[in-house]
Amino acid sequence: MNETERLISPEDVRHVARLARLALDDDEIGRYASQLSAILEHVDAVRRLDTANVPPTAHPFPVENVFREDAVTASLDRATVLAQAPLAESDCFQVPRIMGEAP
Amino acid sequence: MTASRAPEFGSLVEIAASVRSGERSARAVLAQSLDRVRVLEGDLHCFNEVTVEEAEADADAVDRKVRSGLDPGPLAGVPVALKDNLCTVGVPTTCSSKILKGWLPPYDATVVSRLRRAGALPIGKTNLDEFAMGSSTENSAFGPTRNPWDITRVPGGSSGGSAAAVASGMVPLSFGSDTGGSIRQPAALCGIVGVKPTYGVVSRYGLIAFASSLDQIGPFATTVADAALGLEVVAGHDPMDSTSLERPAPSLLASLGAGVSGLRIGIVDDFLSDVSPECGAAVIAAAEALATVGAEVDRVKIPELLLGLPAYYLIAPAEASSNLSRYDGVRYGLRVDGPDAETMNARTRGEGFGPEVKRRIMIGTYALSAGYYDAYYGQAQKARTIVIRAFEAAYRNFDVLLTPTTPSVAFPFGSKVDDPIEMYLCDLCSIPSSLAGHPAASVPFALSPDGLPIGVQVLAPALGEVPMMRVAASLEQAAPPEARGPVTP
Repeated sequence: MNETERLISPEDVRHVARLARLALDDDEIGRYASQLSAILEHVDAVRRLDTANVPPTAHPFPVENVFREDAVTASLDRATVLAQAPLAESDCFQVPRIMGEAP
Repeated sequence: MTASRAPEFGSLVEIAASVRSGERSARAVLAQSLDRVRVLEGDLHCFNEVTVEEAEADADAVDRKVRSGLDPGPLAGVPVALKDNLCTVGVPTTCSSKILKGWLPPYDATVVSRLRRAGALPIGKTNLDEFAMGSSTENSAFGPTRNPWDITRVPGGSSGGSAAAVASGMVPLSFGSDTGGSIRQPAALCGIVGVKPTYGVVSRYGLIAFASSLDQIGPFATTVADAALGLEVVAGHDPMDSTSLERPAPSLLASLGAGVSGLRIGIVDDFLSDVSPECGAAVIAAAEALATVGAEVDRVKIPELLLGLPAYYLIAPAEASSNLSRYDGVRYGLRVDGPDAETMNARTRGEGFGPEVKRRIMIGTYALSAGYYDAYYGQAQKARTIVIRAFEAAYRNFDVLLTPTTPSVAFPFGSKVDDPIEMYLCDLCSIPSSLAGHPAASVPFALSPDGLPIGVQVLAPALGEVPMMRVAASLEQAAPPEARGPVTP
C-alpha cells in the first residue's frame, strides 16, 4: 500500500459518509478512498503552508450585518411550498419516525 | 473540424431597437431562436427544458407593449437562455440533478425577473454539470452538452449548456454561474465572451447555492458589447441578497469605445508554463495587440496565485457540503424511504446525487470535520488571504492582468471524467480571481491548429469591470473574426 492509499482508508470514508448522510455501496467506498486520498495529496501544499500571522478569509469582502425595516411583507404561500414536498400532512412536512418507543 | 459560420441575430441593441420601433416583432425574433433550437438541439443537448409557451406569452406581452406605445425595455424581444440552477416560477429547475427532478420553484431568481422586466424572453433552462460541479457538463444527470465547434468534444462547464446555446446561435444571450471558472472556461472552449462580475455585483437570490462565498451570475454573448449590456441589465443592489453590494449597476456599454491607451496591463507569467503552447501564445499575442493600441504592457510574476487551485478545492467543497445538506428528502425533490429519518436522508442523498457531487460533499465534510478543520479548511482560508494579498500587490502596478482562460482547448468526451484532479486543473487560471471576488472575462482570441477556439482571460481588481471590459473590447477588435461563434456544427 503506498502513502496515497493510507491518507484515507475505507473506514474513514464510511465515517465521513455517515457525517454527510450519504448512503454509499462498497464499490463507492473503495473508489472514494483512493480518489479522496489523491485529492488530499494534491492539496497538500495548502496544509504545509507557513501561515503564521496570516488571518483567514471566509468571504471576499467584509460582511456587515444587514438591517432592513421591520415591516410585514408577504411570504411564500404555504400550500404552494407544501405541494413540492415528497410527503405532507396537516400543513406539515412528513418524515419517518425520529424517536424510539418509550422504555 | 466541420463547424461553419452560423446566422447571427444582430447585436442586442439592434434587436431591441427593431422590436421597440415595431419594425420587427418579438414573436419574429423568438421564432428565429426557437427554429434554431429545433434544428440543433438533438445534436447539442443545450437544454434541460425549452419553455416555448412561456416564451411566446412573454413575446406577446412585449409586442402588446410596443403597440400600446409603452417601452418594453433595453432587451426588448431578446431571447435568452438560463442555466438550470436559476430559479424560475413554475418551470422545473433541476441543477441537472436527479435529486431535484420535478421540483417547481415557488419564486423567480432576481436575475430572471430583471431580464423579463427588461423585455427579454427566457426560452429555457440550460444543461450544467450537476450542481455546477464540473468543467465539461459530463456530470449532468441528463447527459452531456456537445461543443458546436466539434460535437465529439465537451463545451466546458459547468455552464456548458448556456455557452453552447450562444455559440451555436440558438440565442444571442445567456446566463450562467461561475464559482471557480464555470462561465469563463466554457466561454473559452466555445469561442464566445463570458463575464464573471465582481462578487456582489449581481444578486444571487434564486441562484441555487454551490459555494456561497464564490458563486456569481454572469452573461455569455458573442460580443463584448452584448455581454456588457446583459450584465448591466441584471446588475445592481438587491435587498433579497444580503451580500449584494449597495451600488448601482456599472455603466459598461458606454465605456467600451474608450480604448486602452495608458492602461497598465500585466501578463501573468506563472500560468504560461502550465498551459498548452497555443493557449500561452494567445496571451502573448493579445498583449502585443494591446500594446499596439496604446496600452503599457509588462510581465509580472505572482507565484502565490498557484495556491488558488488547492485552496479552492478545499473551500468550495466545504461550502458545498454545508449548502447541499438541505437536500434531505423532506421539503422538495427526491425521497427514498427508510425506516427512520437518518436512513431516509442518507438513501435519498446516496441515490439522488451523482459521483462528482458526492465526491465534493465528502471532501468538504472531511475538511470541516473534527481533527482536520485547522489543517485543511483553516489553512485554505489563510491561503485565500495570501492569494488576495498577492493580487493587491500586483494591482499597485497594473490596472488589468492577462492570463490564459484555460490550460487547453476543448477536450474529447471521456478524456478527463474518470480523473477528478485532471478535471480540476481546467480551473487553474480562473480560480484565483474567484477566491478574491474579483471580476474576470474570457474573450475569444485565436483558433488552435485544429480549428478550436482559444480564450484569453482579462482580470481586474474588485469593481474594475469598466477597465476590464475596455480591454476585452480592444482584444475583440484585434482577434480574427473566425475565432468567435456563432457556428453551425
